[in-house]
Amino acid sequence: MELISALLVQLMQMMLVLWAAPLLTGFVRKVKARLQRRQGPPILQPYRDILRLLKKEVVVANNASWIFRVAPYLIFAATWVAAALVPTFAKGLLFSWSADLIAIIALLASARFFLALAGMDIGTAFGGIGSSREMMIASLAEPAMLLVVFTMALVARSTQLSAVADLLASSGVGLRVSLGLAMVGLIIVAIAENGRIPVDNPATHLELTMVHEAMVLEYSGRHLAMIELAAAVKLLLYVSLIGCIFVPWTLAAPGGSTASHLAGFGAYIAKLALFGFLLAVFETAIAKMRVFRLPDFVGGALMLGLLGTLLLFASRSL
Amino acid sequence: MSVVAFLMLCAAALLGVALLAMAASHARAATALVYGASLAICIVGTALSIAALTGRAGAATRLILPLGVPWIGAHFAIDSLSAFFLAVVNIGGAAASLYGLGYGTHEDEPHRVLPFFPAFLAGMNLVVLADDAFSYLLSWEFMSLASWALVIAHHRDAENRRAGFVYLIMASVGTLALLLAFGLLAGPDGHYDFEAIRLGARAPLTSALVLVLVLIGAGSKAGLVPLHAWLPLAHPAAPSHVSALMSGVMTKVAIYAFIRIVFDLAGALPWWSGALLLAVGSLSAVLGVLQALMQDDTKRLLACSTIENIGIIFIGLGLALAFRADGVAAAAALAMTAALLHVLNHSFFKSLLFFGAGAVLTATGDRNMDRLGGLIHRMPVTSFLFLAGCMAISALPPLNGFVSEWLTFQAVLQSPDLPQWALKVMVPAAGGLLALAAALAGAAFVKTFGITFLGRPRSTEAANAKEVDRFSLSAMTLLALLCLIAGIVPGFIMDAVAPITRNLAGAALPLQSKLPWLTIVPSFESGSSYNGLLIFLFIAFSSLLAVWAIHRFASHAIRRAPAWDCGFPDPSPATQYSGSGFAQPIRRVFLTRTPATREQLSMPAPGDMRAARFTLTIADPLWDWLYQPFVSAVEIAALQLNKLQFLTIRRYLSLVFLSLVSLLLVLAIWS
Repeated sequence: MELISALLVQLMQMMLVLWAAPLLTGFVRKVKARLQRRQGPPILQPYRDILRLLKKEVVVANNASWIFRVAPYLIFAATWVAAALVPTFAKGLLFSWSADLIAIIALLASARFFLALAGMDIGTAFGGIGSSREMMIASLAEPAMLLVVFTMALVARSTQLSAVADLLASSGVGLRVSLGLAMVGLIIVAIAENGRIPVDNPATHLELTMVHEAMVLEYSGRHLAMIELAAAVKLLLYVSLIGCIFVPWTLAAPGGSTASHLAGFGAYIAKLALFGFLLAVFETAIAKMRVFRLPDFVGGALMLGLLGTLLLFASRSL
Repeated sequence: MSVVAFLMLCAAALLGVALLAMAASHARAATALVYGASLAICIVGTALSIAALTGRAGAATRLILPLGVPWIGAHFAIDSLSAFFLAVVNIGGAAASLYGLGYGTHEDEPHRVLPFFPAFLAGMNLVVLADDAFSYLLSWEFMSLASWALVIAHHRDAENRRAGFVYLIMASVGTLALLLAFGLLAGPDGHYDFEAIRLGARAPLTSALVLVLVLIGAGSKAGLVPLHAWLPLAHPAAPSHVSALMSGVMTKVAIYAFIRIVFDLAGALPWWSGALLLAVGSLSAVLGVLQALMQDDTKRLLACSTIENIGIIFIGLGLALAFRADGVAAAAALAMTAALLHVLNHSFFKSLLFFGAGAVLTATGDRNMDRLGGLIHRMPVTSFLFLAGCMAISALPPLNGFVSEWLTFQAVLQSPDLPQWALKVMVPAAGGLLALAAALAGAAFVKTFGITFLGRPRSTEAANAKEVDRFSLSAMTLLALLCLIAGIVPGFIMDAVAPITRNLAGAALPLQSKLPWLTIVPSFESGSSYNGLLIFLFIAFSSLLAVWAIHRFASHAIRRAPAWDCGFPDPSPATQYSGSGFAQPIRRVFLTRTPATREQLSMPAPGDMRAARFTLTIADPLWDWLYQPFVSAVEIAALQLNKLQFLTIRRYLSLVFLSLVSLLLVLAIWS
């Protein structure tokens, strides 16, 4: 019985991620539009986009290889599996022990690996520029993320996300300098990894400023739908991750009552709305950076992560 | 007969094959015969060493042959450490032999390769089996010389001759350092038997000196920064299956030498020896991968990435040494397991990648990726297997590279409780550099695969490439499967190396293979766990689910059309990104304002019809700072000594007299 309910929570969580991801994207777009005094598309527009893309035929370039056709599914699968391992509204996911935070980062790295390869498959200049810049940004963002994870792992003495969330939810931790540094670092990494302003512009079609959009330029139809959905899931994943680590009190305990799960669910939606709103405000307030100023921005996260880790090596209580 | 005797017979059989090949290398069937025989012997060797590692071989593990120095004899022995490395050597050797069955037929001068290939394998086996300093050094030198002969197999190319020369010098320096290290270990009484060395007591200073000498001797062979400069020259110069052996296996023999001497023979070492290893290891990891990213020659890129992986292994070993010195046995076992796992994993995927590069070389005759491209259409199987190797080396789950890097990270996270402040600062820095190296490795292999196999062909050779033979493909398939298996069920390998860590680090990880679902849990206190099998199943399940749902409910119409490219597709393949173009952003971030890169741009004035020129030179600054002064010093000394060649007999006699007197004087004062 316990197994069935745990399995149920895990499955619900996986479906919830899929369902909520386009909603978050739509919400961020709507808030941004309102902040810019535009009407903006309806919040549900991303669903409509994805459904319409699914119905369209796929146009594949003549010299595309199997990588080009397989990559969307692999990117989606790796991102979805990673997202399924991050607690959204309830702790104690059934399979949470099968991968820790380092593995979640590596799963996202797998998705990026295939996206970069897909960008180079057709052999166009735009695909190359996107892949090359994406790998440059990742070469800074990924170690930054790992160092942020080290900081949290040193506090919790485990890289297991559920253990980190448990410990931070307990009263024993309190405010810590190292965790503050880790939070800022994680937010910078989240912005960089999701290609938000100031790192990349998700709404751009001005070729020379594109990173993510340049890699997926050749995609259409259902392939593009998978990639768009994966991108939305990735954004949701990072928001859930920040919420689960730094606001862990609302997560429902494993085996808790239905009411506690419902409360956790409500709180999760509230968290998504809050972070989405903050992201939209941040993106509206800041300008896109030139590509070669990015290393300073993302490198900042790397330094913050290193500083947090160093502090904890100096003393476990910092 | 004991398992050592059988393994010695294997080595002897390999030497016999080498002699046979020398006699009959011009025969038509020689290639098939030599590689077939090596394959068979290596398979037997693999089986024997795995049996020894898992404790299924008998108890008698020593063998003393009446060879070598008269009153010492030649000692050979096998313990869990040598059994593990014998498995690495023989699996790599078997794969290379299988590959050679196909690849070797394209060799223009087979008599320059065939005799040395089995001799090289025999040398590596003997190094790992040797149990006294004399036979150890003899086998080591034999291995070096056999590999040197293979490096200059294609000696008509001036670049290969230079590589061979540099390699020979570095190998001699390395052996000299090892000789001195054994001299120090043997002590004034001269115990050359490993058993006696282990028992001997020595001053801490001697142990420290031994560590530094071994770091030079074994480190130069493994390719540690700053003794790495020969590696990107020599490894790619050899035929590809030999490159795979040198990069994937011979560097591991050097690691074996390091572990054997430093962890086993030298006795207790102070904590700073771990710090030294950490510094050298993390520098190698980052500099190696940056150097790899800047290469456009696939084989040279792979050789540079070997430096990175050796760095990762040394980070693990350094942590193990530091933990052991501070008496944290469980963490030392974790760090050592991580290092040993990476030894095995790197030997799998590096051999696989060199085989792939060799296949591309066979099919197109070119190693420069800027003249390749689009090979995925012409060589579908090779490209798929090469992709598996790229994923494994980029540490992507569920393949094996991720497991060993994950374990290394776990070991890093165990270290805040180390008492020394220097380590408290160095370990997180090393962890950060390791993370950086892992991310850059991903970029390097996206570049390798993307430029070589994807896109449009950049030359007619690439456009007309043909898939390679079945032997090469089956060797690559074997290694790709091993990468997958080692990635999804690493628990069995971790259990297999447990006796090694129990001997050398003082503890072993908890038994892994009994855990539910074959999860790996390095320590129960932290509770961090990883399950490659489940991750593999999850990814397979969710991608299949997505494919099924889409093809069931959505459109499956597909149309082929010209590439979109924002409306301006250019038919010239030169408009694609090149290898150096791909690495340019990373070069600009990490290498600007360093002496490593020099960019020169000559832009014609407006109205001038001259073409613009851009030249990029990437040098290894260590070459100028470290090697060049040394080389100049040697040259000056040689010139000065040259004068001694033209003396009269009287002067020679007086020189002999003077040196005799001074030597006797030294002896008199000494004693």
